Amino acid sequence: MPELGKYAFAVLSSYGVTIVLLSVIVLASVRRARKVRAALDEIESRRGS
Amino acid sequence: MSLWEYANPVKFIRTTDKVLPWVWALTGICLLTGLVWGFFFTPDDFRQGSTVKIIYIHVPSALMAINAWLMMLVASLIWIVRRHHVSALAARAAAPVGAVMTMIALATGAFWGQPMWGTWWAWDPRLTSFLILFLFYLGYMALWEAIENDDTAADLTSILCLVGSVFAVLSRYAVNFWNQGLHQGATLSLDKEENISDVFWLPLLVCIAGFVLLFIALVFLRTQTEIRARRTRALLAREGQA
Repeated sequence: MPELGKYAFAVLSSYGVTIVLLSVIVLASVRRARKVRAALDEIESRRGS
Repeated sequence: MSLWEYANPVKFIRTTDKVLPWVWALTGICLLTGLVWGFFFTPDDFRQGSTVKIIYIHVPSALMAINAWLMMLVASLIWIVRRHHVSALAARAAAPVGAVMTMIALATGAFWGQPMWGTWWAWDPRLTSFLILFLFYLGYMALWEAIENDDTAADLTSILCLVGSVFAVLSRYAVNFWNQGLHQGATLSLDKEENISDVFWLPLLVCIAGFVLLFIALVFLRTQTEIRARRTRALLAREGQA
């Protein structure tokens, strides 16, 4: 861990907020992609059968 | 081969399906390398101390906040002129990613500003135009959600995107227009004298590449989702009519 001195709060908070926000948008996008894909597959297979 | 071929939803999904794993892999490599390099292996700045490490997330996110809106502008113009659904859906897909980038830029700017400027926030031209840009992102997403008809929503959000572009450009050039703001000038410059030192610049470039790739990966994935969601709505509507 690098020595951040008196600015540790500012630096670590910045990285923390960034990691959280990026994780949220990536996970939400992947989750919705799976959900929508499954819903479409279900409708298409229903129409196909 | 024409670029307009990718306006075909099936072709778009097929092509992006092939490209996406590579883009995700490159995103991971660039982000991990850039952030680890910047955080652990760069020196403190003689004036800013360790807060200089915030540059590796603040600058790329601010850059993407503006460029995401410009990408939405191009996609909206394509929709208005050529009526390709994929372009309207790509603009819709990019908005939440751009909003998150703007939020990161605002938050990291505040964390940096508190110890350096002595304040979390100032009504400085660049900060204010970024806040307005963020509000435009929220308004753009809300407008998409508020209108049921996809084509009408695409039309109205495209107009909103054109108006918001003024603030996207202003966010970039505000520091040049008004000199009285707190925010410093461009971090990256082609002028060797003005540009930051290589020890900071090189990891920053890797981080910027990582953020650009992350944006591309997310927009591809989210556009695929929007295309599928639109098809689902169309099929359900047809079933309802039958």
